Amino acid sequence: MTPQNSFADSGADLELTGISKRFPGFTAIENLDLTIPAGSFFALLGPSGCGKTTTLRLVAGLEEPTTGQILIGGKDLTRTKPYQRPVNTVFQSYALFPHMTVLDNVAFGLKRRRMSDPIGKAHEALRLVELDHLAGRKPQQLSGGQQQRVALARAVVNRPALLLLDEPLGALDLKLRRQMQLELKTIQNEVGLTFVHVTHDQEEAMTMADTVAVMNKGRIEQMGAPEDLYELPHTAFVANFLGQSNLFTGPVSSSTSNSISVEVGGRRIVVPKDRAQVHDGTVTIGVRPEKLTLLTAAPANDSGENVIGPGRVIDVSFSGVSTQYVVAVPGVGDIIVFAQNMVFGPVVEVGAEVWMSWTVDHGFGLSDSPELVSAGA
Amino acid sequence: MAITAFGAGGGPAAAVDAAPKRRSWVALFLLLPGILYLVLFFIVPLVSLIITSLETQSPDGAFAYGFQWQNYVDSVGTFGTQIWRSFFFAILATVIALLFSYPLAYFIGVKARRWPLLQSFMLILVVAPFFISFLLRTLAWKTILSDDGPVVSALKGLSLLGPQAHITGEPIAVVFGLTYNFIPFMCLPIYTTLERLDIRYLEASSDLYAGGWATFRKVTIPLSLPGIVSGTLLTFIPAAGDYVNASQDFLGGTSSTMIGNVIQSNFLVQENYPVAAALSIVLMFVILVVVSVYVKRSGTDDLL
Amino acid sequence: MSAQEGLVLGKIYSAEPDARRTPPRGRFSLGKWLLPVYSALALAFLLIPIVYTIVFSFNAQTGKSNIAWSGFTLANWSGVCAEQDVCAAFGTSILIGLVSTIAATILGTMIAIALVRYRFPFRSAVSLLIFLPMATPEVVMGAGLAAQFLSAGIPKGIGTIIIAHTLFCLSFVVVTVKARAASLDPALEEAGRDLYGSPSQVFRLITLPLLLPGILAAALLSFSLSFDDFIITYFNSGTVQTFPTYIYISAQRGIPAQANVIASAVFLIAIAIVVISQIVTQSRQKRLNAVR
Ligand SMILES: Nc1ncnc2c1ncn2[C@@H]1O[C@H](COP(=O)(O)OP(=O)(O)OP(=O)(O)O)[C@@H](O)[C@H]1O
Ligand SMILES: [Mg+2]
Repeated sequence: MTPQNSFADSGADLELTGISKRFPGFTAIENLDLTIPAGSFFALLGPSGCGKTTTLRLVAGLEEPTTGQILIGGKDLTRTKPYQRPVNTVFQSYALFPHMTVLDNVAFGLKRRRMSDPIGKAHEALRLVELDHLAGRKPQQLSGGQQQRVALARAVVNRPALLLLDEPLGALDLKLRRQMQLELKTIQNEVGLTFVHVTHDQEEAMTMADTVAVMNKGRIEQMGAPEDLYELPHTAFVANFLGQSNLFTGPVSSSTSNSISVEVGGRRIVVPKDRAQVHDGTVTIGVRPEKLTLLTAAPANDSGENVIGPGRVIDVSFSGVSTQYVVAVPGVGDIIVFAQNMVFGPVVEVGAEVWMSWTVDHGFGLSDSPELVSAGA
Repeated sequence: MAITAFGAGGGPAAAVDAAPKRRSWVALFLLLPGILYLVLFFIVPLVSLIITSLETQSPDGAFAYGFQWQNYVDSVGTFGTQIWRSFFFAILATVIALLFSYPLAYFIGVKARRWPLLQSFMLILVVAPFFISFLLRTLAWKTILSDDGPVVSALKGLSLLGPQAHITGEPIAVVFGLTYNFIPFMCLPIYTTLERLDIRYLEASSDLYAGGWATFRKVTIPLSLPGIVSGTLLTFIPAAGDYVNASQDFLGGTSSTMIGNVIQSNFLVQENYPVAAALSIVLMFVILVVVSVYVKRSGTDDLL
Repeated sequence: MSAQEGLVLGKIYSAEPDARRTPPRGRFSLGKWLLPVYSALALAFLLIPIVYTIVFSFNAQTGKSNIAWSGFTLANWSGVCAEQDVCAAFGTSILIGLVSTIAATILGTMIAIALVRYRFPFRSAVSLLIFLPMATPEVVMGAGLAAQFLSAGIPKGIGTIIIAHTLFCLSFVVVTVKARAASLDPALEEAGRDLYGSPSQVFRLITLPLLLPGILAAALLSFSLSFDDFIITYFNSGTVQTFPTYIYISAQRGIPAQANVIASAVFLIAIAIVVISQIVTQSRQKRLNAVR
């Protein structure tokens, strides 16, 4: 596929195999494998400095990988020059050319590729982002949100097989951000391109993307549909990076054909085998705070429920939609509980003795233990 | 225009390290012509100056290659006074120019921010001397300060000056001329750093119980240090080597000759090349030592 | 408290994106007037010899020298070239200024781009080589070049002057253009490559136009340095006279008023250029602020 004089008919898939990138004295990416299906909205999520921008720059060709291969639509483009790749980028800082008008910015790529009617197509792209009336302005004369949309139009107008977005919404206020998220999603549906969207806003990643990959220290920790990632994190890093989790570590005391029991603070916690990554030895298991129910009396035994407690409420904080309780359980540690505010005010006070229960199917088992993570993070 | 060139440190340099570093043969192509030029017309002449400074003179007056270290001993011995005087004048002029320029630069860069038009107007006046011939300006001062000019007669009228006293031809006139001519070079870099100074630093300082003077000493001065350093260098270096102000046709006299005058007359008039070359090397060496010590001590190495 | 601590404090205070703010209005005090009055006097002092030079360009000069005031006339302005040597020297200076400005601007811009955008060995040696000419007194540079021309048997003339001027302008060009290049976001060039621009297209359509203000400033600076240079020129001019060497040589026997006319005219043109460019940037700034 030569991008030079034809538009991509549809999004292409992207395949990274064995990619690593070493800067002098620093390894930014270590043995990265990643496959992004054609036409999907893919979000790359991770903490600052984990290598997201570097990954995008490798795909765009602005950086050469130290090892590994980059395949776009099945073609090896590892050594291809950036201006010969069917890839466009919406830069973190927009990088709009300050000496050109908005229209010239958008038409730039089309003119370089000698496409017919670059001006007409540029206007069309500007209409798509609802900025055609500002076509004659210079980028400095636009607001942040408008610049962002120009940057998007400038990339989309080229119909790249792959569109890379490096935190394009980072500079916007919350309201504009929500609005732009919707617009981006709409545009992606309309043009059917493959979007790779980098962000460190987990909510943004989960609402927009079909597939989310969580990146940490130059590696992909876990990848999947947003719900799967949230409901069934595989590692402590993912469990804590996406939302909050209560994690417990203990030995597996018994196991049945479809579940394992873990010894935690003198109680047995049951986790379904298909929701646990490791089935023997010492394991870390977890549950999301909103899955917990607070009880003021010890509950009766129920095989479908896990119970932990008693513990003492040491902190109550009201946060609008829900109330967060912190409960200190001897031998286990502090447990966080989110309770929906169905009634006014906290149900229990600081100092109250409580038990917590959750449905067995809501627990998950991790492949690593949080000590390893917290030491690194 | 000149404003940017003499600005301390130039623009924000943050982007430099993030810049992609690309194939070096392009760099070679970009560098080669300019670097060759500098080597050919700066390094080679310096080397040939060193060679000249060691030449010996045969009895018939012709110069020949040699290792005549004695040239240095002789020149420094003969012209020690002028060398010493040059650095003394240059340091004096630098200090006076700094004291003169700092308040002016502070007013334009900080106080005049509220009136951008006034600010640009004043800035233009500061750089104005750049645009009129350096020699004519100095000659104008010569006339103004001459024995029958307004300054001398006024001072004599107030009996601040004896009836036989002069200003021109005296060391004071030379230092005055050096100071005047290099004030814009001092003022601009200081202005550039002060202009970027965030008023909130000063507010933070006064919020932390520092009075006006303490704020000035502990916050304003340190933050404008890069400007002060480049301003003093831009004044001191040319002032130490200047020979126009001290020339007898301008503001100088027999008792105010500087090393520049000695080099010039040995080279162009007496054609005593080894002495002129030896003195040039000495001058350059001393300046480099002074400058590097100064830059190290003021903690602004990265300026260079 | 150290400067570093001051900076940290300042960061806490500058939560707003705009880094500079105008100082608040204070109460009336004597100290408040001291600085403005001083500044006005200081500027007036700087202008004295300029005003003198311009005024004496209108002097109905009687003898050889133009020192005593003897009446107003426009004759010097209308007949600038009556004094042929002045005009010839002026023309030589313009020619030398143009040629060395072009040479220094091209060579210096290339070095500046290499320094900012490329990594190469001996980087610090190159930086030192750029810095050294600025730290070298003009007599030393002038004497060095003259010694070199002498030993190479090159006759002094316009060519040697141009070589010398290009040399000392070069470093100033590098510094000026480098400052501009360093302040450019490298992402702009990357965006150009990302949008299908080949390396030469990116240079022509993005890098060069963005560097242009810096290059222009460097060229103007070079020209004014070259035009006003005396010391290095005098060492390397031989019998050729530039405007400054003409003045230096005539200083003994008296300078004709025509020299004042030329200096004044150059001054007024330069000031006009500066004023116009200031007005343009300020009105552009205003327009930008109005849109936001
Ligand atoms: N040119 C470079 N030279 C050396 N190290 C680099 C370079 N570029 C990036 N790095 C390092 O590589 C790591 C990954 O950088 P990258 O820009 O990809 O992070 P990121 O995930 O995009 O972070 P952020 O969310 O803050 O944008 C960082 O630790 C960074 O310091
Ligand atoms: Mg990034």
